[in-house]
Amino acid sequence: MHKLMASTYKEFLLLTRDIGGIAILFIMPLVLIITITLIQDSTFKTVTDYKIPILIVNNDNGHVSKTILEGLEKSNTFEINLKEAENTARDLVFKGKYQLAIIIPENLSSGLDKKVSQNVDGIIEKFGLEETSDNFQQEIIESKEVKLYFDPATQLTFKNSVKNGIDKMVAKIETESIYKAFQEQLTDDPSEVIFDTESFITFNEILPQKDNEEYIPNSVQHNVPAWTLFAIFFIIVPLSINIVKEKSQGTFVRLRTNPVSYAIVLGGKTLVYLIVCLIQFILMLMVGLYVFPAIGLPTLDISGRLPLLFVVAVFAGLAAIGLGLLLGTIAKTQEQSAPFGATFVVILAALGGVWVPVFVMPKIMQALSQISPMNWGLNAFYDVFLRNGSLLDILPEISLLLLFFLATTLIAIVYNEKKNAV
Amino acid sequence: MIKIEQVSKKYKGSESYSVSNIGLLIHEKEIFGLLGPNGAGKTTLISMLCALIKPTSGTFSIDGLTYQKNKNQLKQHIGIVPQEYALYPSLTAFENLKYFGSMYGLKGKELDTKINQTLEHLGLLHFAHKKIDAFSGGMKRRVNLIASILHTPKVLFLDEPTVGVDVQSKNVIIEFLQELNKNGTTIIYTSHHLNEAEKFCTRVAIIDHGKIIIKGHPKDLIKNNDGAHNLEDVFINLTGKALRDHA
Repeated sequence: MHKLMASTYKEFLLLTRDIGGIAILFIMPLVLIITITLIQDSTFKTVTDYKIPILIVNNDNGHVSKTILEGLEKSNTFEINLKEAENTARDLVFKGKYQLAIIIPENLSSGLDKKVSQNVDGIIEKFGLEETSDNFQQEIIESKEVKLYFDPATQLTFKNSVKNGIDKMVAKIETESIYKAFQEQLTDDPSEVIFDTESFITFNEILPQKDNEEYIPNSVQHNVPAWTLFAIFFIIVPLSINIVKEKSQGTFVRLRTNPVSYAIVLGGKTLVYLIVCLIQFILMLMVGLYVFPAIGLPTLDISGRLPLLFVVAVFAGLAAIGLGLLLGTIAKTQEQSAPFGATFVVILAALGGVWVPVFVMPKIMQALSQISPMNWGLNAFYDVFLRNGSLLDILPEISLLLLFFLATTLIAIVYNEKKNAV
Repeated sequence: MIKIEQVSKKYKGSESYSVSNIGLLIHEKEIFGLLGPNGAGKTTLISMLCALIKPTSGTFSIDGLTYQKNKNQLKQHIGIVPQEYALYPSLTAFENLKYFGSMYGLKGKELDTKINQTLEHLGLLHFAHKKIDAFSGGMKRRVNLIASILHTPKVLFLDEPTVGVDVQSKNVIIEFLQELNKNGTTIIYTSHHLNEAEKFCTRVAIIDHGKIIIKGHPKDLIKNNDGAHNLEDVFINLTGKALRDHA
C-alpha cells in the first residue's frame, strides 16, 4: 500500500510539473465539446429554427402548385424564391448558391384533375352508375414529374428528408383530388360532406417520462455524453507517452531492479489518470451547465442523474486507462504510441457510434461496435442521460468496461513480465 | 558472495555471444572491477546480475539468493547504479530519492533523515529541492548513486559510475563508495577509468569478447605482466590497440 501511495504521489508530481500538458489535458476536451455541440446544434437548428433558401420554378400555376407552395411555406423550413427558368435554377443550385430547386411541371394541376376524373369516371361506370360510351376514346394523360435539384454538397439525410416531405405532400394532393372528383360525381351540392378527408391514421411520439413529466432530449443531451467519452478515451495518448518516457529516460530500468511489481507502478498511474478523467468529466458537465446556456445552447440536464453519471465516468475512465497502460507497455517509442493512440481512439469512437448511430452501420460494423468499449460507455451514458436508466440498466455496460480494464491491464502486466523475465 | 557459473548471453539476432561461459567468485566486502573495451560484455554481465536481462545459459547466486527463487528478497539485498541517469528530470532530488527509497519499503522520518544525511555527505543538501534537470552531470551522477544505496544494500553494482563527471565529483563518489565498502557493502563496478580502478579495486577482471581474460589484484596483474607499469599497460597488452567501435 505504501509503495502504491508513493507511486501515485510521484505520478501526481510528474503531471503537475507539466503545466502545458495539464492545460492540454483539461482545456482541449472543453474546446472539443463546445465546438462540436455548437456545430451539431446549428445543424439541428438548420431544419427547425432557420429557414433554408430554396428555388421554385412554377410552370404550373394551378391548384396543385399552390398547395405545394403553401405546404413548403407552412413547414417553416424553407425560404421560397421563385425563378422563371429551370436552367437558371439548376445552375444556381449546382454552383452551391442554393441547397435545393423544385421544378413544378407545366399543366400539373390540369393533368392531375384530368387523370383523377378519368379514373373516377371509370370506376363509376364499372359500378353502373353512369352510361358506358363505347365509342369514346380515352385521352392518354402522361404522368407528371416534379424535378428536384440538390447542391452536390448537400448531405444525404437532408436530401432524404426533403424527398420524403415532397412525396408525402404529392400523395396527399392526389388523395384529396380523388376525394374531390368522387364528391363531384356523387352529388351536385358542393357543401354536402360525403368523405371525411382527414387522415385516419396519425402518429404521436411518446417520450420517456421523468417525475411524471415528458422528458425531451436536446442536442446537448446527445452531444455531451458522446464527446465526453471521446475526450475521456483520449487519456490513452498522454498515459502511453508517460510510460514510454519512463522507459526512454531510464527510470523504468531502475524500477525493474527495485523490489516493486509492475502492477504497483501501473496502479499509481491508474489512480492519478482516473482522477484526471473525473476532473475532465466534471469540467465538461460544468460547461454543459453554465457555459452552454451563456452561448445560446440548451442547458445540460443532469438533475437526479449525477451519481450514475459518475459511475459511468469512472468505469469508462478505467477502460480508457487500461488501453493506455497496454499501449504504453507495448510501444517502444513515443512516435509509436502517440499516433497509434490518437488514431485508435478515433476508430473506437467511430465504431462506438459517436459520429454515426450504430443501427445505420453495415452489419459487420455493427458486430464490431459491440466489442468497442466506447460503444459500451456511450450506451451507458445514453441510458442515464436519455433513457432515464437505473444502476441496474447500466450494469451490463459498466461490467464490460471493468472487464476491459482488467483484461488490458493484465495483458500489460503479463507482457511486461514475459519480456523482462529473468 | 557472488557465485557466477558458466553464464553466457547471446542476444536475439546476434551471431556471437556477448558473454561467453563466464565463471567468477566475488567475495563479501570486495571491490571488484569489471574492466574491458567497449562491447566487451561488461554491461551485459552486470545487467544479468541485476535481473535486467536473462542469461542464455548458466546460473549465478548472490549471497545464496537467486532471482528464480528469491526475486524480491534479492532485489532488496542489492543496489544498482545504472550507467544512465535513471531519475525523473522534473522532480527534485529529494522527491526522486523519496520515491525510489519508498520502492524499497523505506518511509517516514527514517527515510527523510537518510536522504538528507546522504545528500549532505555527497555535497548536495543545498540542492535537495531543486529539479534534476537543473543539475550538472556530476550532480546527477551523485543523486543516481544515492537512489541506489538508501536501503543499505549488501551488494552494490555500479555501471560506469564516474563517466562524464569532473574530478571533484569523481573523488567524492569514490570516497563515498570506499566508505560504503568499509561498512560492509560488496561493490562490483565497471569502468573505463583504469587508474581509478587500480587504486579503488581490491580485485579486477579484464573482459574481452565476452570472456574473462585475466583476473586478480591490480598490483599482481601489473607485476605479472612484462613491461607493465600500471593497469592500463596490462589492459593494452591483453586487449590490443585496435579500436572497438561497434553498433
